Amino acid sequence: MTDAPPLLRVEHLSMHFGGLVAIDDLSFDAARGEITAIIGPNGAGKTTVFNCLTGFYKPTVGRLTMQRDDTPWQLEQLEDYRIARDAGVARTFQNIRIFPQMSVLENLIVAQHHVLMKASGYSALALIGIGGYRKAEREAVALARYWLERVNLVERADEDAGSLSYGAQRRLEIARAMCMRPALLCLDEPAAGLNPRETGELNDLLGFIRAEHDIGLLLIEHDMGVVMGISDKVVVLDYGRKIADGTPEQVRNDPAVIRAYLGEEDDALEFVGGA
Amino acid sequence: MEYFLQQLINGLTLGAIYGLIAIGYTMVYGIIGMINFAHGEIYMIGAFISLISIMLLESLAGGSVIVALFVVLIVAMILTSLYGWALERIAYRPLRSSPRLAALISAIGMSIALGNYIQLTQGARNKTLQPIVQGNLELMKRDDGFTVVLSYMQIGIIVTTIVLMAAFSLMIAKTSLGRAQRACEQDRTMASLLGVNVDRTISLTFVMGAALAAVAGFLVVLYYGVIDFYIGFLAGIKAFTAAVLGGIGSIPGAMLGGLLIGLIEAFWSGYFSIEYKDVAAFAILVLVLIFRPTGLLGRPEVEKV
Repeated sequence: MTDAPPLLRVEHLSMHFGGLVAIDDLSFDAARGEITAIIGPNGAGKTTVFNCLTGFYKPTVGRLTMQRDDTPWQLEQLEDYRIARDAGVARTFQNIRIFPQMSVLENLIVAQHHVLMKASGYSALALIGIGGYRKAEREAVALARYWLERVNLVERADEDAGSLSYGAQRRLEIARAMCMRPALLCLDEPAAGLNPRETGELNDLLGFIRAEHDIGLLLIEHDMGVVMGISDKVVVLDYGRKIADGTPEQVRNDPAVIRAYLGEEDDALEFVGGA
Repeated sequence: MEYFLQQLINGLTLGAIYGLIAIGYTMVYGIIGMINFAHGEIYMIGAFISLISIMLLESLAGGSVIVALFVVLIVAMILTSLYGWALERIAYRPLRSSPRLAALISAIGMSIALGNYIQLTQGARNKTLQPIVQGNLELMKRDDGFTVVLSYMQIGIIVTTIVLMAAFSLMIAKTSLGRAQRACEQDRTMASLLGVNVDRTISLTFVMGAALAAVAGFLVVLYYGVIDFYIGFLAGIKAFTAAVLGGIGSIPGAMLGGLLIGLIEAFWSGYFSIEYKDVAAFAILVLVLIFRPTGLLGRPEVEKV
């Protein structure tokens, strides 16, 4: 344990919808340079945690503190576009949300909107190339190209993003989030709907991001293969409560987790052990 | 032939003006999915601001006409933009998460309110302006004395419109602002998660639509020399028809639709009856809505997954 505050600290987060308690007093940390996974059965409140982090929901109770550039940002109080821009939280969705009628490249440039707007002095002067806009645009394209190479989409840069295959759209979504130069990348079931080969590529990509870019990753996942293989830390939710928190090894052997996740049959125990 | 050519010129001029207004409808629809029925009034206000500024400058006298007109144009664009901005702020933003019908009613209310505001402050009578841009080119002369005329004003209108539309299309395609607009059109929430300030982008959309409508108002004041507080209604609905004809949400569609409506109106007036020119234009609206609701260049509405 170090004294420096962690990248993301969630404290006593609760989210109520009317009488329904979706998240109940959840606290956890996510560190820079680590992959933190949130797992749990369907309806455990995993996506709700993400929605609170990214400003979709205002938490009923709780503090969500992001550290970026030595500044603490209270996510629960920020306007939603500033969560991405200033606090550096980027996310992807369970159901992919790319801009289908823009080219692949443009999808990545939009993610750098703020930088480009700043360079253009918040005006249409960019049209005549005043100020640092040209340079900023070149840099934006360079960053986009870097990520296109990482996700194997360089040759398709000028196609409409909507024409990409499902797996390619997922990779594009991750590339787009990375183009925001985030401090924390939140991935909502990135392996959903991917075939085993694509899942392998995804693991490599996430490993690469963790190794080469000093950011934190927060992952919601059902696929135990992905979670156990790459996570540094696992938080287990059930009915909105945290029931376990630790390394994959610790969590895998935690009886509460096994009970919540798979019931108590012997087959299930073996499945968890072998995954 | 000569007569045809003359109507073609008249139709293109009229169509250019409709196109400028139609862009405002189509952009707003694209980004927030509502028809801004007060847009016609914004155009009318643009025309009034232009007229008042021209008269002010005339009374001050002196200087070159071109420079003076340019100043008027800029003033009209800026002031009208403020109206467009305030309109969104006051009448639409508070209703953004309400059902679309609420915003639509608010739009109709704003349209009536703005019309009455101008009627009260400027009076209900026609306002006239002495022609400023005069002179024309005689393109062709028929034996019986009919002359095909292309006035300098018409050249001015067509050139201004082409330049503005080109600049505007470039801005949408190439700049960061245009990209943000297209992103908001496709998925507002996602755009916000990528750090795009959606509220500001929507405001800017209204500002740009209003600025283009102001240009249309400015050109109409110079072209016809007569305006009243009611011109926004008919021009607004015609431009709306143009936007629907071209495919609402599509900016090239709005330009094309504007030109077509202008041409249809001019040819109908020229060859059939001038009394029924509005009927002709609106019959097009009905036909498009029945047979091709997505318009000429519109994309079919695809269910989002």
